[in-house]
Amino acid sequence: MDNPAILVNGLNLWYGGFQALKGINAAFRGKVITSIIGPSGCGKSTLLRVFNRMNDLAEGVRCSGEIIIDGVNILEKDADLVALRKKVGMVFQRPNPFPLSIYENIVFGTRIHLEAKKSDLDCIVEHSLRAVLLWDELKDKLNRSALGLSLEQKQRLCIARLLAVKPDILLMDEPCSALDPQATQRIEELMRELKRDYTIVIVTHSMQQAARISDDTGFILLGELVEFGRTERIFTKPDDRRTEDYITGRYG
Amino acid sequence: MERHFDEELGNLRKELLRMAAMAQEAIFNSIEALKSRDKSRAQEVIDTDDKIDRLELEVDEKCIDLIARHQPMAGDLRFITTGMKINSELERIADLAVDISQRALELIEKPILKPLIDIPKLSVVAQNMVRDAIDAFVKRDVSLAKQVMSADSEADRLRNLVQDELINDYMAKDISTASRAVPLLLIARHLERICDHATNIAEDIIYMVEGKVVKHHTGDLS
Repeated sequence: MDNPAILVNGLNLWYGGFQALKGINAAFRGKVITSIIGPSGCGKSTLLRVFNRMNDLAEGVRCSGEIIIDGVNILEKDADLVALRKKVGMVFQRPNPFPLSIYENIVFGTRIHLEAKKSDLDCIVEHSLRAVLLWDELKDKLNRSALGLSLEQKQRLCIARLLAVKPDILLMDEPCSALDPQATQRIEELMRELKRDYTIVIVTHSMQQAARISDDTGFILLGELVEFGRTERIFTKPDDRRTEDYITGRYG
Repeated sequence: MERHFDEELGNLRKELLRMAAMAQEAIFNSIEALKSRDKSRAQEVIDTDDKIDRLELEVDEKCIDLIARHQPMAGDLRFITTGMKINSELERIADLAVDISQRALELIEKPILKPLIDIPKLSVVAQNMVRDAIDAFVKRDVSLAKQVMSADSEADRLRNLVQDELINDYMAKDISTASRAVPLLLIARHLERICDHATNIAEDIIYMVEGKVVKHHTGDLS
C-alpha cells in the first residue's frame, strides 16, 4: 500500500509478564474508517492506545517492533509525545469533557499546542463545532459548562476538542457504547463526514457497527491480529475460521 | 458453541428441501403425464403449483425475518441469501413443470406425432441436475455442484437434437404437424430452462460454500 496512515511492523506489547499484542503487522489506510473487533480482553484497545502511546501511562509496559506514522517510528524512546498526541487524538467510551465552559473545552488543547489570538480561537471554536454539527445548537451557549450537555453532545464536544488541534488520525475507543441507538446513528453519520479529512480507527464491540461504518476491519484474538482487510470481505467471506466463528457468534 | 440461530437455519434448510421435493415431483409428474398421456396427472401438477407458490413466499419471509432479527454475517449470511435465490429457482422450476403439463394436456387431445425418444432423455438429464444440485446444497458439495454445471451442455445438445428433428423432419415437410410439433418443441425448451435453473442453483452453492462468484463466468471453475 502506498503511504499508509499507520504502518505497524512486528509489534509486540507486554504488560509486565503478560504479552497483550503478538507480532502485529498491519497497514492502516489514510482517510478511511478502520474497525478493530475482537472479544473482551483480546488486545484491541491496547492496540488503539499504542498508536498515541497512551499505554505509556500503565505500569510495566514494554513494546517491540515499530509503528510508523508520518515516516516516524513512534515507539522510539525519544519520540515527541506531545506532537504525537496532537497528531493522533483519542475519543473514549464515556465522553469526558473538562469541567469548563464549552468554549474553554475546545480551545484547551489549542492553547497548549498553538500560539493563537482570541480571534483565531473564536474561529477554531466555530470551525470545530461546525465539524461535529454542534454549532447551531451551541453557538449562543458557549460559556455554559460542558457538563450540562447531553451524553451525545458531550461526545461530539470531545471530538470537536480533538479537531481543534488539527490532528490527522482519530482513535475512537467504543465511542458509542454509552449512547442510545439514535445518538449512535448520529455519531456514525458524523464519522462518515469526518473520514473525508481524517483517518479514523475505532474499537467496537458491535459487529454491526463495524460492518456499517468501516472500510477496513481487523479481527484480534488473544493478542494476535487474525485477519485484516476490506470490511465487505471480512463480513461476507472471511479467510480465517476463527474470524468466521467470532463474527457469526460461535466463538466462546 | 451451539446457537439458537443454528436451529433456525436448520428449519430454513428443511423448508428449502420440502420446496425442492415438491419441485422435483412436479417435473417427474409432468413428464410421466406426457409419456402416459395422463390428463389427470398433468392437471394435478397444475393444481399443486399454488402450494409451491405459497411455500416460496413462506421461505422468503423466513429468510427476511432471519436477516432482520439476527443480522447474519459471513457463512450464515451466504447461507440465507443463497437460500433465497435457490427458493426462487425452485419456484421457477415448478412453474416450468406446469408449462410442460399444459403442453401435455394440449398434446393428449391430439393423435401421437412420433414416439418420444430425446425428450424423455432430456427430462432425465433435467431431473438428475435438479437432484444433484439439491444434494450439493445439503452436503455443501462444491465438486457435485460443478458436475451439475458441466451437465448443462448435454441438456443443450439434447434440446438442439429435438429441435432439429421436429423442424426438419416434421414441420418443414408437412406444416400440418406444427400443432403437435410446436408443443413438443416448447417442452424441450422448458426442460432446457429447468437445467439452466439447476445450473444457477449449483453456482449459488459454490458462492455459499466458498464465497466465490462463478456466475456469468466471473470465477474460475477449476
